[in-house]
Amino acid sequence: MPVKDRKDVQTVTIRFAGDSGDGMQLTGTQFTNTSAVFGNDISTLPDFPAEIRAPAGSLPGVSGFQVNFSSRDIKTPGDEPNVLVAMNPAALKVNVADLESGGILIVNSDAFTEGNLKKAGYAKNPLEDGSLSGYRLFSLPITSLNANALAECKLTKKDVDRCKNFFALGLMYWLYDRPMKQTLDWIDAKFKKNLEVAKANTLALKAGYYYGETTEMFTTHYQVPKASLTPGKYRNIMGNEATAIGFVTASALANVPLFYASYPITPASDILHELSRHQNFGVKTMQCEDEIAAISAAIGASFAGNLGLTGTSGPGICLKSEGINLAVMTELPVVIVDVQRGGPSTGLPTKTEQADLLQAMFGRNSESPVAIIAPATPGDCFYMAIEAWRIAIKYMTPVLYLSDGYLANGSEPWKIPKVEDLPKIEVRFRTEAEGYFPYLRDEATLSRPWAIPGTPGLEHRIGGLEKQNITGNVSYDPDNHMRMVELRAEKIARIANDIPDLQVFGEPEGEVLVVGWGGTFGAINAAVEEVQARNLPVSSIHLRYLNPFPKNLPDILGRFEKILVPELNLGQLSWLLRAKFLVPTIPFSKVKGKPFKISEIVDKIEEVLES
Amino acid sequence: MSTAIDSTAKLTRKDFESDQEVRWCPGCGDYSILAQTQKVLPDLGVPREKFVMVSGIGCSSRFPYYVNTYGLHSIHGRAPAVASGVKLSNPDLFVWVITGDGDGLSIGGNHLVHCMRRNVDLKIILFNNKIYGLTKGQYSPTSELGKKTKSTPMGSIDYPINPIHLALAAEATFVARSLDVDTKHLVEILQRVAKHKGAAFVEVFQNCNIFNDGAFRNFTDREIRDDRMIAIQHGKPLIFGKDHDKGLVLKGIKLEVVKLGNGVSEFDLLVYDEEDPDPTLAYLLSGMSYPDFPVPVGVFRNIRKPTYDEMMLGQVEKSINLYGKGDLEKLFNAGDTWVVE
Ligand SMILES: Cc1ncc(C[n+]2csc(CCOP(=O)(O)OP(=O)(O)O)c2C)c(N)n1
Ligand code: SF4
Repeated sequence: MPVKDRKDVQTVTIRFAGDSGDGMQLTGTQFTNTSAVFGNDISTLPDFPAEIRAPAGSLPGVSGFQVNFSSRDIKTPGDEPNVLVAMNPAALKVNVADLESGGILIVNSDAFTEGNLKKAGYAKNPLEDGSLSGYRLFSLPITSLNANALAECKLTKKDVDRCKNFFALGLMYWLYDRPMKQTLDWIDAKFKKNLEVAKANTLALKAGYYYGETTEMFTTHYQVPKASLTPGKYRNIMGNEATAIGFVTASALANVPLFYASYPITPASDILHELSRHQNFGVKTMQCEDEIAAISAAIGASFAGNLGLTGTSGPGICLKSEGINLAVMTELPVVIVDVQRGGPSTGLPTKTEQADLLQAMFGRNSESPVAIIAPATPGDCFYMAIEAWRIAIKYMTPVLYLSDGYLANGSEPWKIPKVEDLPKIEVRFRTEAEGYFPYLRDEATLSRPWAIPGTPGLEHRIGGLEKQNITGNVSYDPDNHMRMVELRAEKIARIANDIPDLQVFGEPEGEVLVVGWGGTFGAINAAVEEVQARNLPVSSIHLRYLNPFPKNLPDILGRFEKILVPELNLGQLSWLLRAKFLVPTIPFSKVKGKPFKISEIVDKIEEVLES
Repeated sequence: MSTAIDSTAKLTRKDFESDQEVRWCPGCGDYSILAQTQKVLPDLGVPREKFVMVSGIGCSSRFPYYVNTYGLHSIHGRAPAVASGVKLSNPDLFVWVITGDGDGLSIGGNHLVHCMRRNVDLKIILFNNKIYGLTKGQYSPTSELGKKTKSTPMGSIDYPINPIHLALAAEATFVARSLDVDTKHLVEILQRVAKHKGAAFVEVFQNCNIFNDGAFRNFTDREIRDDRMIAIQHGKPLIFGKDHDKGLVLKGIKLEVVKLGNGVSEFDLLVYDEEDPDPTLAYLLSGMSYPDFPVPVGVFRNIRKPTYDEMMLGQVEKSINLYGKGDLEKLFNAGDTWVVE
């Protein structure tokens, strides 16, 4: 057996790309889990088509999964893949421009048939015309190699071919020196009832691995050592999963059952799927007839003393506006999840965007303030989900939780928290009838009492009509209305007393401050780190609380000459900061359905420094 | 607001009157429906604090303010969804939905259909005045074709919807109709609605004396009522008329009115079975309208099916039996984990 070189590398980004039916998401997930368990830091970016099964071999049918793994602390799925695995011509066409120059390009040459080439819009075969000379091209007949390896399996040709993604995965395991154990165990568990399929996948994986080892094609393989993460126990977690688990946890910490009402919509549906699996926590999930029903049911649930939760994406938030307003008027704790996606309207359903901030802030009739928070990373979704409930309950208010497609489907290693380290959420259902009024207010928080049906002596009626402060009786009195509008605003403003101060990343003052929010955290943070390493006067802050803003925000803004605000929208946070603090901000927008690359932000920071 | 509570004391109608001034137009049919409900509630053996009245928007939807129980005056059309959330969160509660023909059938038609087909244990009272009251007199989804209103000066060109048809098609497990002016009938029906387990739907003809006065008068006026309406009763022949001289029979798949006598007797008439799981006859009956037929009131359907709330609770229990009571430690540590030293 030829002895091959093994080289150490720190960080590698691989993109698996193929047809929707090629199992690329699964391949990517297996590679990710293996790398995570192996001890690398990881970050992932799945990219799937809006169509479930676009015609095989077509450009819109290409599905991709990018994984970045490293021996260092990484924050994004990587700017440019170092490796592209393309299972057919369409996958090559869609992805090759992103591959770093000189990068490794592995293609399944069997799929480069005349028909497939035509479907992908290639006039000539790119494997033969020299157009890929800028890459290290490995053209392998993956389909037939896989079929040979599985010759003894009693499966149809179609089923055999379906295993070729595991052949590719095995090859990548060899190339990056990963153990196969995790995936072999997964295969055993998954195909417990179908041993022939289990055997086929096992053979495919191993064949890919040994192909790398034995063939003359590869002379070198690579090793990415373990990362030195903070000690502790870890698992890999996706944003939507973390969000759902966070809500289950909030319910346990508050000792109040969770009621989740939702209407399926990408990319929020996985929260419904995940929560539905946890009925043994007392979680009730209801798949409603539409988003309006969902928020309505959530309001009913909160009125009745459960944690009324609803989740959707941008188009669903449009439908929920009137319901959110009812929650504002009735001052009930309701949490509304918006997993933002490309818009407007149906927009780019499977792609990420960050453009619902102003809608969250203002998208309702009249003066209708709600608390708004946004997680920064997939793992942070867990903590912000708990935080959403802490605020909603303590202030008796709807809270909008702004996630996005990038966070929802992205993943990272998550340090598993200890249950006893998590803060209890205090819930005080009012029970004394003496002196009760529906809109009595707590002096500090201005919140009203949560008095739930079934409690004797506290029978009361609330609704969307304006009410008299304290008694809660319907009131059209002009002065009372103004007072109530102010009170509802003041209540939200007071949340600022109860959220952590912003930490400046870098020097507390300087030339450029980069301000981010939500899922752009990783890219911004990595970019700022990079320029700071060159001693440039740049710092950053990241907002997880968007309404109200942290109290020390104006102070920090005042200490920098230039404020750069990168966002996946046309400058919504930037607009808010200008309006609120009268500071000149420099918006930096990207609205392409894709997250920021680190390099894009680095370039922009340099440009701002030079201007 | 009440303070001292004695939950053992027998409740009276007074206990269900709130301290809010009732603000419907004098003469509005809503008063009667409110009064009959307040008459029925105390006798159900349910403590007052366990009732929740949920409404949408419209004149009738102000109802919860006037009943001294828990109440939620929600948004236009959404009461069935809000009420579903209430009931599912706390299945111990007795949850009523108060809605109008505009509220429940226009903007909220979707939610109404879905809460009925799910068989959520809700008592749904649809106040049908065949008009939009609160917005001052536009035609509603139950208004007759050609109805002249402010928004239809040349007459409405919408075909009306039949609320009972809708409820039957949506598989509500209890479907009934009554009218504001027949207080005795209304009380009986409300009692049955209150006791039904599952989605109970009742349409109540309600006079809006301001914008649609007399909409039902041509068959509800006392002098003519008996000849132009028929009260459906379980296990009884479908008979009507001041002198009990008319009845309904089935000819092929069509209903027909027959006169008794001349060889036609009570025994030839259809006997109504409200518990028939097949809603075909209920559908035929509810399609009758004056002048070709008598207008039917009473219970069209009354069956028992597991409710959504029972099944939801059942699943929670089953899940606890299967997987054990939820344990955060286990939840966090699910899947592949690894330790960094
Ligand atoms: C979203 C929304 N659209 C419109 C209205 C205005 N609106 C209030 S009540 C109503 C119709 C009510 O008619 P119905 O349900 O028949 O009740 P009634 O007043 O006759 O009892 C309308 C259109 C509203 N409040 N909200
Ligand atoms: S407008 Fe009609 S329905 Fe409304 S309160 Fe007056 S009479 Fe009753």
